[in-house]
Amino acid sequence: MQPAELSAVELVQAVRQGDLTAERCTEAFLSRIESVDGRIHAFLKVDREGALRAAAAIDQKRRAGKPLGPLAGLPVAVKDALCTFDMPTTCASKMLANFRPPYDAEVVARLRAADAVIVGKTNMDEFAMGGSNENSAFGPVHNPWDLSRTPGGSSGGSAACVAADMTPVAIGSDTGGSIRQPAGLCGITGLKPTYGRVSRRGLVAFASSLDQIGPMARSAADCALVLETIAGHDAGDATSLKEPVPAYSTDLERPLAGVRIGRVPAHFGAGLDPEVAHGVEEAFAAFRAAGATIHDIDMPHAGAGVATYYVVAPCEASSNLARYDGAHYGHRAEPGRGHRAEPGRGHRAEIGGGHRAEPGRGHRAEIGGGHRAEIGGGHGSTGFSKDNGGFESALEEMYCRSRAEGFGPEVKRRIMLGTYALSAGYYDAYYAKALRVRRLIRQDYLDAFQKVDLIGGPVSATPAFKLGEKTGDPLAMYLVDLYTVCTNLAGVGGISFPCGFTKSGLPIGFQLQAPALAEPLLLRATDRYQHLTDWHRRRPALAAAPG
Amino acid sequence: MTANAPPLPSSFTTVIGLEVHVQLQTETKLFCGCSTQFGAPPNTQVCPTCLGLPGSLPVMNRRAFDLAVRAALALDCHIAPFTKWDRKNYFYPDLPKGYQISQFDLPFSADGQLEVVDPKGGWSRKVGIIRVHLEEDAGKSMHDEGAGTGDTRIDLNRAGTPLCEIVTQPDLRSPQEARAWLNELKLLLVYLGVSDCNMQEGSLRVDANVNLHIPCDGGPEAGGRIAKTPIVEIKNMNSFRSVERALVYEVARQFAEWQTTKAEMGKTPKQTRGWDDPAGVTRAQRHKEESSDYRYFPEPDLVPVTVSQAFLAETRGAMTDPPTVLRQALEAKWKISAYDADVLVNQGRDLVAYFEALAEAVGEGKVASNWMQQDVLRTLNERGGTIGEFPVRPPVLAEIIGRVAKGDFDTSRGREIFAEVLSSGRSVADVVASLGIAAVDDDELVALCRELLAENPKIVADVQAGKEQAAAGLIGQAKKKNPNVNPGKVRALCVDLIRKMG
Ligand SMILES: [Zn+2]
Repeated sequence: MQPAELSAVELVQAVRQGDLTAERCTEAFLSRIESVDGRIHAFLKVDREGALRAAAAIDQKRRAGKPLGPLAGLPVAVKDALCTFDMPTTCASKMLANFRPPYDAEVVARLRAADAVIVGKTNMDEFAMGGSNENSAFGPVHNPWDLSRTPGGSSGGSAACVAADMTPVAIGSDTGGSIRQPAGLCGITGLKPTYGRVSRRGLVAFASSLDQIGPMARSAADCALVLETIAGHDAGDATSLKEPVPAYSTDLERPLAGVRIGRVPAHFGAGLDPEVAHGVEEAFAAFRAAGATIHDIDMPHAGAGVATYYVVAPCEASSNLARYDGAHYGHRAEPGRGHRAEPGRGHRAEIGGGHRAEPGRGHRAEIGGGHRAEIGGGHGSTGFSKDNGGFESALEEMYCRSRAEGFGPEVKRRIMLGTYALSAGYYDAYYAKALRVRRLIRQDYLDAFQKVDLIGGPVSATPAFKLGEKTGDPLAMYLVDLYTVCTNLAGVGGISFPCGFTKSGLPIGFQLQAPALAEPLLLRATDRYQHLTDWHRRRPALAAAPG
Repeated sequence: MTANAPPLPSSFTTVIGLEVHVQLQTETKLFCGCSTQFGAPPNTQVCPTCLGLPGSLPVMNRRAFDLAVRAALALDCHIAPFTKWDRKNYFYPDLPKGYQISQFDLPFSADGQLEVVDPKGGWSRKVGIIRVHLEEDAGKSMHDEGAGTGDTRIDLNRAGTPLCEIVTQPDLRSPQEARAWLNELKLLLVYLGVSDCNMQEGSLRVDANVNLHIPCDGGPEAGGRIAKTPIVEIKNMNSFRSVERALVYEVARQFAEWQTTKAEMGKTPKQTRGWDDPAGVTRAQRHKEESSDYRYFPEPDLVPVTVSQAFLAETRGAMTDPPTVLRQALEAKWKISAYDADVLVNQGRDLVAYFEALAEAVGEGKVASNWMQQDVLRTLNERGGTIGEFPVRPPVLAEIIGRVAKGDFDTSRGREIFAEVLSSGRSVADVVASLGIAAVDDDELVALCRELLAENPKIVADVQAGKEQAAAGLIGQAKKKNPNVNPGKVRALCVDLIRKMG
């Protein structure tokens, strides 16, 4: 039995039944990573030893007759925006190049508790800002279907990882489409749950009111399996929802008879690639064949989605990223060395000057006594004295240079946009207005879900584009989020999955959106579709070739 | 007090408003589970949340919110049914997240008042409260100026400590009023268990805004106008006494400045001055140009808080009487003066409890109050410590007071016994016996008086001549013969015997 040929559901079953050891399963995927990731660069960190150790412990547990968790032996790759106590968490930023969190993100902790095996951390756009993975400070990810193309972003590493069979499941985060768009461009299934369904604790924040973690896998059934583990209330996240978690896996097979799917005619306007349009219409036809009914609906404010998103998200980001100032941790510019820090010298990513907090669940990490966050520690010549004002100016210079050197251009662009939009005199014109439009968009969804149960449509206007194609045009890049941002602004759930391929062999994605907490229906509708079609079973040529 | 201040001018109005930050008396911080205990080694009471580590999230401490509501209710504030959190963005090394979680446009409470009354009846002042809001504290920066190292050290133990910010209307009219009002505020918050208001530990901090309204050209009555000097915010005052001194200094400084510059409010930006306590002067602090734009926006990591009427009723019900109510209650119940009630209440709730237990046991308020003021408080001040630790408990003191009333010994003897019980820890009976204080029997007393009369023919003659007060001269001699005699009895008996000699 080749582990890579099994679904996540089948793998877990095989491990639980003893047909496959967790160690063998893990080893199989690790070798796959070793043979293909050199071409894809989906991973920023592969923890071979840690993964095999975790797998061995699971096998040990099974041999000892102890009960195994619901994800027993399942190799999982985690986006590098989620904190892991045993691996660096960089957010693909030079700023956090050496950051080792003293804790696991709640989602990671739940995965481990369910006996999943964390194999590594996946590449992404820096701080999850981008739609092509080209904003990674450590180099872009290549789309397994065409290595000259982008996998999408920002969870491009997680999408490419699953598409290239490097793990059966990966974890992504979605702020404006960062799970669904790369899933669409890489031909896999990606779910963005309802805001608050999955704890954000330990997810490095980009835009707190929009961020949501979700599973990325080959199928809806595999996503359902993982969501059952990671969803649910977390007292450590005030925005986490208290509603009980349904057994997503058990209700997948119920037919779609009577389910109403909305279709937004405006989605099919200029700019939508004809091949994508065709694939999407075919998917509507398949849903009709499965018993669903299709209804044209209007989302009157959807056109303002991208503009609204690019005010709200940068505003929150400008504040969320203020902590990377070089004073406490993160990249710190070396003083007195001209305008450019020597590469590799200016990285000061330890917490509290080298103190490593004890790992553990929950928030109580002990930071040892005597921890000292120095400002310009030991640089007497800079004259950091409070009285003469030298302190303030040296401090300001350290801030400016650390942030100028530590952040990439797109992150800086968004920090500046957000800072501007929140500034006195502009707040009402930008931020306050964006919040009002956000409420209108939310209302659009509430109105639409009076008439239909789901809203279908394209995920992206085009299939995967060439690396470098849009990097010189930020505005064109922002438009790749056209079909996905409103889901986040409204706080509802969405899923994307493959619904066909272009003539040149690139995946076409289909998106379904549902009312808050309607993940069971999203997953069921996708599963029923995947029962009728086999797009999700196709593998890139790369996957067929031996390492 | 005003040694460093220029001479005081005559006719103008001083306008003072205060901004008070009070640390709420919680076990843990506002948004994480770290201890708020003062005095721990630097950076030992921190966690990912209060260190602002990536991925950490705040969760509101409900206890802090409840305490803040209690304070706001006691300050007569309106409590908003819906309140939210906002981020105040600025960069500073002791602010690990780069923003402070605070409340901007929808504070949880607003529009209250607190009156301070001079116990001697001289004056009173109602001070309006603009708003009370909750926020987290920053850490502490320690600028090391020694040895030219120029290091700045950061202690984040304080970061995330819950603070209540109380902003008053500019209703105070003198530095003395400001000090008295702060005392009243502190007393109120301590009584309610909201804060220990310990300024040395930083659990209460005050900034004062002050300017002068100076009548020009004879003032409005004479067709003139009122000139308002630029508002100055004074910081770095570490006691209420410093607040008063700084304001006295600043009032004089502003008047002197006005006389030379005639600068008025609105034409120059608000100035911040720091109080230099040893030098007794305020000094201009460097102006931070961008400090005004904090780019407030709603905190997306926290959910808004809704406050129900039931919750408010419950909080009100659980609140103990504020000092004003307590003063009136003591006055009425124990028939003591407003001044005495004020002294007792100002010492805190535990002392009031001690007094009430004592008055109850003695069966009378006035005497108990006198003993409290003259003996208990004085001794407490000398010894230090709290009334809770005071060794002479109310029943013991009541026993002494009772025996004085019965005539077993006089008040000054009673004080000696009180002092002895206090220092030795022995019982009253024990001390009375060891001091040889025993009731003198009547025969013994008659014999002693006869002896006295025989030795003092002059006094006998004076009393016989109608100068009864001359008998007082016998008391001292009687006490020398037997310290246990009751002076009242000696006097009465002697007068009686002289009459019989008639
Ligand atoms: Zn903490």
